Amino acid sequence: MDEQKNILEIKELKKKFGEREILKGINFSVNKGDVVCIIGPSGSGKSTLIRCINFLETPTSGEICYKGEDVLKKYKDLALYRTKVGMVFQQFNLFNNMTVLENCVVGQVKVLKKDHEAARQTAMKYLYYVGMADYINAKPNQLSGGQKQRVAIARAMALEPEILLLDEPTSALDSEMVGEVLNVMRELANAGLTMIVVTHEMAFAREVASKVVFIDQGVIAEEATPEIIFKNPSNPRTKEFLSRFNQNN
Amino acid sequence: MTTMPTTFFEWVFFLLQQYGGLFVKGALVTLLLALIGTFVGCIIGFVVGIIQTIPVDPNTGTVKKSFYRCVRWLLDAYVEVFRGTPMIVQAMVVYYGSMSIFNIDMSAMFAGFLVVSINTGAYMAETVRGGINSIDPGQTEAATAIGMNHFQTMRSVIIPQALRNIMPQIGNNLIINIKDTSVLNVISVTELYFSSKSAAGVYYKYFEVFFITCVIYFVMTFTVSRFLRWVEGRMAGPRDYQLVTYDPMQDPCGHFPMPTRKEQD
Repeated sequence: MDEQKNILEIKELKKKFGEREILKGINFSVNKGDVVCIIGPSGSGKSTLIRCINFLETPTSGEICYKGEDVLKKYKDLALYRTKVGMVFQQFNLFNNMTVLENCVVGQVKVLKKDHEAARQTAMKYLYYVGMADYINAKPNQLSGGQKQRVAIARAMALEPEILLLDEPTSALDSEMVGEVLNVMRELANAGLTMIVVTHEMAFAREVASKVVFIDQGVIAEEATPEIIFKNPSNPRTKEFLSRFNQNN
Repeated sequence: MTTMPTTFFEWVFFLLQQYGGLFVKGALVTLLLALIGTFVGCIIGFVVGIIQTIPVDPNTGTVKKSFYRCVRWLLDAYVEVFRGTPMIVQAMVVYYGSMSIFNIDMSAMFAGFLVVSINTGAYMAETVRGGINSIDPGQTEAATAIGMNHFQTMRSVIIPQALRNIMPQIGNNLIINIKDTSVLNVISVTELYFSSKSAAGVYYKYFEVFFITCVIYFVMTFTVSRFLRWVEGRMAGPRDYQLVTYDPMQDPCGHFPMPTRKEQD
C-alpha cells in the first residue's frame, strides 16, 4: 500500500551541462496527491530538475522512478511516460498554428490514439474547468498571458496525467493575471492532483504545498512542510532566501 | 499574296498570328516544368530538412549515431553539389551522362523535370532548415512534453508554422524556376525560350519575337507572384475569433465533474 502511494522517486539525480554541474545529486520522493513546491534562488537548478523529471533534459546520472520502476528501463519509448507526467511551461508554449481546442486535442489523438470525438470531449471538460471553454476557436496569439497559461494547463490535463509539472507557471505573467492561474492550480490541488511546482509565489506555496523543497546551488538545502520552512527553517540559507521575500511583503 | 509587315508592331502581330500556338505551347511547358519542379523540390526540401533536424540523444548507440552521421553527410553533399553547380551544366550532365554511363535513354522532358526538381530541392533544403530553426524551441519542447515524437512534432506543429515563414522563399524559387527553365533549351526541351528561338529563326526577327517572349515570361511570373501573395494571406487565417458559449449541460457528451474533486468548504 505504501509502495502505491509513492508515485515518483528521484535518486541521486545529477545533471551536467558541459563541465558545469547544475544538479549535484538530488534525492526526493513524491506521494500521490502531494503538491511539492520547489523554491530557490535563480540559477539554483530548479527548472533543470523539473525538466529532468520529464526527460526534456537527459539526466547525466541518477534514477527517476515512476510508481516504483525506473523510467528509463521500463519505458523504451518515453512518449507513454510523458503522457502520465504533464508539463506546463513558463512561456506557455502553446502551438501557435492551432486553435485552443486543437491544442488540447492533438496530443490525445496523436499520442494516446483516441478518436477525435472522445478527445474533443475530454478537451472540453478541462477547458471548461479552467474557464476557457468559450475560447475554443481562438488562436494563442489572440489570448492574454493568463488565458494562454490556463489553456496550457488544460492541454496538459487533457492527457489525464498522474503528475503535473509546472515550471514557473506565473513568472511570465502580469501581476493581475497571476491570480487566475493560481486559482486554477489551487483547484487542481484541492481535487487531489499530484503536482510539482517550481514557483516564486511564496504565498501559494505556503497555502497549498504539502511539501516545500528549497534548492540551492544544485542540492536540496532543506525539505519540509510549509509550516516549518516558512516559520522555522533550520538551514540559514533558507532563512536568508525567504527573508528577501518577507521584506518585499 | 499578303503583304509582309513593315513596322515593329505589325511584325509582333504577324508573328503572334503565325506562331501563337508555338508560344502558348512553350509557355505551358515552361509553367509545367516550373510548377512541378518547384513542388517536387519542396517535397525534397522538407524531407531533407526534417531528416537533418532529427535530434540525436547522447545516449543512443554508436551504430545508430554513425548511421545518422552518414545520412546527414550524404544530404549535405547533395545540397552542396547541386547548389554549387549551374543548372545548365547539371542538365547536360544528367541528360547525356545517364545515356552514356547508365544507358538510360530518358526523354529531354523527363531530364528537365529531374534537373529542376533536384536543383530546387537543394535550395529548398536550406530554406526549410532555416524555417525550422526560426520556430521557437519551446514549440518542440511542448510537443515532446506531451509525448509526440520527432515526425509527429514536425508534421503537426513545426512544419505548418515553418511553411508560413518560408512561403516568400518558395515564391522566389517558383519565379526563379519559371525564368531559369530556359536553360533547358540546351537539351532541347521545348519550353518557351526554345520555341521562341525556333520562331525567331524563320524570319530572322529576333527582337520582335523575344519582345513577345519577354512579355509572356513577365505575365507568368507576375501572376504567380500575386497568386502566392493571396495564398499567404489565406494561410494567416482569420484575424478575429468567435466566442462560443459553452454550456456543458447541452454538450451531447454531457458534463462530468472532475472525478477526484473533493468538496470545498
